[in-house]
Amino acid sequence: MATVYLQALISGILIGGVFSLISVGLTLTFGVMKIKNFAHGDFLIVGMYFAFFCYTLLGIDPYLAAILGLPIFFGLGWIIQKFLIRPVLYAPETIKILVTVGISLCLQNIAVFFFSPDFQTVQVAYGSNTVEFFGARISLTRLAATALAVVVVIGLYQFLMKTRTGRAIRACAEDGDGALAVGIDIDRIYKIALGISTVCVCLAGAMMTPFFYISPTVGLSFTLTAFVVVVLGGLGNLKGALIGGFIIGVVESFGEILMPEAALKQVATFTIFTLILLFRPTGLFGTKLT
Amino acid sequence: MLELRQVTSGYEDIEIVKGLSLKLDEGSITTIIGSNGVGKTTTIRTIAGLNKTWTGEILFRNSPIQKLKPFERVEMGIVMVPEGRRLFPSLTVEENLLLGAFNPTAAKQADQNMEMVLELFPRVRERLDQYAGTLSGGEQQMVAISRGLMSRPKILMLDEPSLGLAPIIVQQIFDLIAEVKKLGTTVLLVEQNVQKSLSISDYAWVMENGNVTINGTGPELMVNPEVKKAYLGL
Repeated sequence: MATVYLQALISGILIGGVFSLISVGLTLTFGVMKIKNFAHGDFLIVGMYFAFFCYTLLGIDPYLAAILGLPIFFGLGWIIQKFLIRPVLYAPETIKILVTVGISLCLQNIAVFFFSPDFQTVQVAYGSNTVEFFGARISLTRLAATALAVVVVIGLYQFLMKTRTGRAIRACAEDGDGALAVGIDIDRIYKIALGISTVCVCLAGAMMTPFFYISPTVGLSFTLTAFVVVVLGGLGNLKGALIGGFIIGVVESFGEILMPEAALKQVATFTIFTLILLFRPTGLFGTKLT
Repeated sequence: MLELRQVTSGYEDIEIVKGLSLKLDEGSITTIIGSNGVGKTTTIRTIAGLNKTWTGEILFRNSPIQKLKPFERVEMGIVMVPEGRRLFPSLTVEENLLLGAFNPTAAKQADQNMEMVLELFPRVRERLDQYAGTLSGGEQQMVAISRGLMSRPKILMLDEPSLGLAPIIVQQIFDLIAEVKKLGTTVLLVEQNVQKSLSISDYAWVMENGNVTINGTGPELMVNPEVKKAYLGL
């Protein structure tokens, strides 16, 4: 029995890193420009299909594809910010929500139209390799995804803390008027922020392909998970999103074995979510509501 | 060096600044006084580009700037210290100052300018590693002014720098503004503390309902009967 729990813990950690990476992207755009991006999870399919076609058409390994795709992922975020989000940035909340939901629907349906609604998989030679760990099995591709995700999040954190652009991004998140007053081109910073945000999700998508199915609507549930993680960790808080991702990963994984039916695994997630918010309404690392 | 010609501006569809015309002399301290809601802050925000110029022209050294974005105006040397200071609270004081020199030209001289600013504000030097949000109101105001000076602006616009500060600190802030002028920076000050601001000002304008009603030198306005009655409570 202990092995089952260990396995659940490990599975949770292995998906947790991916949740973290996806959530970090969401928390960044929320923190910087206060936009709730309901299309966030759907960018996952951009990374996924990119890796899928790189693999099936060109024989490029998904991990390499993830790196090759970086400029495309970043550019996509940049363009969407410039042409779709920027024009409604100062509009009422409902309009912003409609725009991001619209982007979500477009992404899904473009994928259905061009790539069919069928499930696809990327079957790399090492796809089913595992290692034993005290009787539990660790999938190497999942381990790679979670480890790389953590590396990317730490890299992003360093970028935000140590570079001039990173400092400007944090300044925009803290006080928009202050950022304007010191002469930061906030429109440019916002484009960079959404670019980074899509890079996070797309990277996660590409790295998931060796062990996760690809379909036009796969992103939906990840949008929801990312919102849970972001609220849990504290809105706009990077550290919160990183740790929150692992918490939700593990809770979901335990939910799956403890609940009488697998479909009820979300009950565990939302129970924990509600409990944490009851005691810390601003999330684990949130400071104050502004 | 800065001239407003028939400028109108406001929020949403409410006109706040109504055809304002005025001029700033290089190297002077000019104060705008007036009650709440007459358009003092909007005037400053419009010059900085945070509010759009609806009609009219803003000329800086004889070239129109009303279409430029806020960051382009900062690069030209027009810097605002907003009301309520608007520091970045969870960034350190040093990071706040460095962001004051964000544009590429200023960034090259950031070290030099930081030294100059810290010379002027020794209190800020002691607080460099602290988070800006942990400072007292007076210290935050000093950091805000320091941050504004980090790009060596030609014009520094200060919006209510004495707001919410203890009287003893208010005096220090006004002394420092007088020091800023000595650096050769032109100062545009918006203040409710009429007495103190007039005492350090070369020129002053009284704003009422979106336009200037009285103007003159600082000492002239101090003895102007209308100003005395309405703003100095004498």
